[in-house]
Amino acid sequence: MDFLALLIICVKVLLVFAATMLTVLLMIYAERRISAFIQGRLGPNRVGPHGLLQPIADGIKFLMKEDIIPAGVDKPIYLLAPAMLLIPALMTFAVIPFGSDITLFGRNIPLQVADVNVGILYILALTSIGVYGLVLAGWASNSKYPLIGGLRSSAQLISYELTMGLAIVSIVLLSGSLRLNDIISQQQGHFLSWNVFKQPLAFLIFLIAVYAETNRLPFDLTEAEQELVGGYHTEYSSMKFAMFYMAEYANMITAAALTVTLFFGGWDLPFLNETSMGMLGVVLSVAAFILKTAFFLFLFIWVRWTFPRFRYDQLMNLGWKVMLPLALFNIFITAGYLALTI
Amino acid sequence: MATIIKSYEPTFWDKLYIPALVQGLLVTFKHLLRKKVTIQYPEEKLIPPEGYRGLHRLNKDANGRIKCVACDMCSAACPADCIDIIPGSSPWDDGKERYPVSFEIDLLKCIFCGFCEMACPEEAIELTEIYDFSDYTREKLIIDKDGLLDVYDKTKDKNYYSNSQNLTIKE
Repeated sequence: MDFLALLIICVKVLLVFAATMLTVLLMIYAERRISAFIQGRLGPNRVGPHGLLQPIADGIKFLMKEDIIPAGVDKPIYLLAPAMLLIPALMTFAVIPFGSDITLFGRNIPLQVADVNVGILYILALTSIGVYGLVLAGWASNSKYPLIGGLRSSAQLISYELTMGLAIVSIVLLSGSLRLNDIISQQQGHFLSWNVFKQPLAFLIFLIAVYAETNRLPFDLTEAEQELVGGYHTEYSSMKFAMFYMAEYANMITAAALTVTLFFGGWDLPFLNETSMGMLGVVLSVAAFILKTAFFLFLFIWVRWTFPRFRYDQLMNLGWKVMLPLALFNIFITAGYLALTI
Repeated sequence: MATIIKSYEPTFWDKLYIPALVQGLLVTFKHLLRKKVTIQYPEEKLIPPEGYRGLHRLNKDANGRIKCVACDMCSAACPADCIDIIPGSSPWDDGKERYPVSFEIDLLKCIFCGFCEMACPEEAIELTEIYDFSDYTREKLIIDKDGLLDVYDKTKDKNYYSNSQNLTIKE
């Protein structure tokens, strides 16, 4: 590997990291504004134009606050837990392609940090590691509410991870590859070649499972503030508390990008061949990816402020008695169809 | 006669839940685009409806003199006992014999019931639309005769809030 290749990788890593963090900031702003709009309020509109600097003000506030470590916590784990949640959340985005290949300095540069040939397995593995952060935060806090929150999250994530995996299996059956690039290229061309039209049931199951995976409403039982004060982050303060929030939003961004990649053709624009259009194609594909991801991020917020939270038994019933059989049924149908046609 | 009320049996369509979820999403989306109800207070001020009972004023007659004859009717009617009047003989010779030497209202005691303006035989005391007159000390919230006459000058011609960028009351 020569110097230039290393440089290119570094630039890509920095770019993706910066873009993710910026989107986290924007999401915090968007969440507050959109929730306010849905409730007929205005939301934060004082800091900067239209309140756009509000997340920065929030960040400064978090940094200036006293960092309280309660007596009786398991200190090393307590300190480690926010990082254990945030780091996998930020790492997941690495395998997601965010544009068609770019040609610079006579090199072909894929717009993706790492082209892992088992990209989907990588994502599933990392999202599962994220659960450790939640559980350990709940455990190390040595307090009842965080513990309940942490236990709930582990149970919830195990149930829905399975369903999500099965929904992805039906996509993998279609594409025949675990590489995200292959899944995208298989969806290219016509509008109807997007997986959402081929696998509507898998899309629905995946979408619901993703909401449970990211601990967003209607599945935010881990932090259910009416029952658990703040859930797993009850005992956290200052920047450690902010890290939990950043992790939640980073997870949302990855989840939205993954939804787009698996079901909406990734960076693909229908009826266009981006790879043959040079620089314009690259810009168009990146814009398409950002727009699609933005829509799903909006959907996250929109859903949060529309639906009430599930009760715990309802959550488990839905996961094991409805979603899992449906996902298996979907795999059965897909596999049967493929066996008959090939 | 007893009536048997059949509970609603959900159809297959209902049990899919997805159509209902989409309906719910559309409701919140409609709210997203709707006009917001927030009034951004220091910049925008709500104009209270007609008949709002806010800060008091003491009216003046055509000659610009105080209408009040210090009869103490308002003070007697006041359930909160917040009006304190010291009467004296009028310095003018236009038939009015009495006038208030001092007229103080303790705004912290006042419950803004409006009984004083009903009791007043001269239509001298009135409640205005002013609602934002908070202050830092108890002393500043006892309004005296000059203060009450000032309020009259501020509110006699136009609505107190019509200068600022205002919203009208939504009814």
